[in-house]
Amino acid sequence: MTITAERPATGRLVDLFEYGLDAPICLTWELTYACNLACVHCLSSSGRRDPDELTTAEAKALIDEFERMQIFYVNIGGGEPTVRPDFWELLDYAVQHHVGVKFSTNGFRITPERARKIAATPYVDVQISLDGATADVNDAVRGPGTYDAALRAMGNLRDAGMRDFKLSVVCTRFNIGQLDEFKAIADRFGAQLRLTRLRPSGRGADVWSELHPLPEQQRELYDWLVAHGEGVLTGDSFFHLSAYGDALPGLNLCGAGRVVCLVDPIGDVYACPFAIHDTFLAGSVRDGGFGHVWRDSALFAELRSPQTGGACTRCSAYDSCRGGCMAAKFFTGLPLDGPDPECVKGHAADGLAVAGARPAPSRDHSHTGPVRAQPVALTLQRRPPDRSCDESPLAGVR
Amino acid sequence: MTSIAAEGWRLSDSVSLRPEPFGALAYDFATRRLSFLKTPSLVAVVQSLAASPTVADALASAGVPETERPAYLDALSGLAATGILTRKDGA
Repeated sequence: MTITAERPATGRLVDLFEYGLDAPICLTWELTYACNLACVHCLSSSGRRDPDELTTAEAKALIDEFERMQIFYVNIGGGEPTVRPDFWELLDYAVQHHVGVKFSTNGFRITPERARKIAATPYVDVQISLDGATADVNDAVRGPGTYDAALRAMGNLRDAGMRDFKLSVVCTRFNIGQLDEFKAIADRFGAQLRLTRLRPSGRGADVWSELHPLPEQQRELYDWLVAHGEGVLTGDSFFHLSAYGDALPGLNLCGAGRVVCLVDPIGDVYACPFAIHDTFLAGSVRDGGFGHVWRDSALFAELRSPQTGGACTRCSAYDSCRGGCMAAKFFTGLPLDGPDPECVKGHAADGLAVAGARPAPSRDHSHTGPVRAQPVALTLQRRPPDRSCDESPLAGVR
Repeated sequence: MTSIAAEGWRLSDSVSLRPEPFGALAYDFATRRLSFLKTPSLVAVVQSLAASPTVADALASAGVPETERPAYLDALSGLAATGILTRKDGA
């Protein structure tokens, strides 16, 4: 029996969700840390395969458990999941076991033949990543040739008869002005546009200060989202913008460990996909199974207990934004019970100015050598990595 | 607005219910749409639809007080509109 706070029986759904569910609603499963790209903002610091990756048999056993827990669908990502040799086998296995799959891909391996297979398989959805509506904006972040590869994949999916697959965009300072163009691209391919928030997670921490939307762009994004309503998906990732006024469609709360979690390639379970760090590690599926971690982890019990909100509770917008994103605070060195680094009221400015060292990454699978599609920053200048001085208490302070 | 009280409805074949402390999640594998049944008693009503000739019968067999039935009919109409429920005769 998990020790959790006593759960009220009735109330707003969003309040009840804070106490957690018997199984996650939204489970992300990063299948591999291997990736054929080296995107500058990769939230999982992917590149090289982890030698301890779950085997095919372990992955199938995990799918069996998802089926028993009635986890209706999983979001599969990576790394680039299609580089796992057993990817299509696992996809078929999941679908046969009533676990729907939505997988994220850079599109390089979505050939016409694969596109036809995807279109012919029920319960499978695809999400193509594109971070610029033009090649120059996209390729500066994702690498040369990645814009063309993504559009080629979308063309293959459209030609195969796939409808309403997702065009997934991480919103940055350089693409906020392209929202209408992204929508037009999605419409052209019969896809649905999905916008998500740039998090300072993984390698994203290295580029966050140069890439995250400026305050006036946050307002532009919010107005655009309100105007487009439920026609544009967001993964509920912009709830910190609700402090501008009306709540955005979807769940406006941090779902980490409550309705959301992440299983990484080696079976480690984290509170959310943006929190791959020892601080948010709840356990391993190799140690008693996924359900055991979900139900009994001390970390999840803590996340499901009433949060104080700290300084934010004195803010008039606290009810809408609920203090924002835990991972964004953590990886920018802010206290978890204070404002989000992108607080629209500007309450994080003082905190960011005096924030301590950014937490050193617990995992890094980044490529160590050159990659074929190495991003070449055009407008942004990457700082040299300060890994060599991560031991220093001053690492990350500038 | 016409009431569905006198009609026979049931859970759609493509929909699965997952009980939760607040009620249940309803997932439609055909539309990939997730809905929430926000109280355990609404879940009980939905589950009793299959064995009840009409929606009104289901409300009665789940013990829903007369005064609360309009609210339940609203909720059930919403589930019908999104395809979570389907008409029994398949019409």
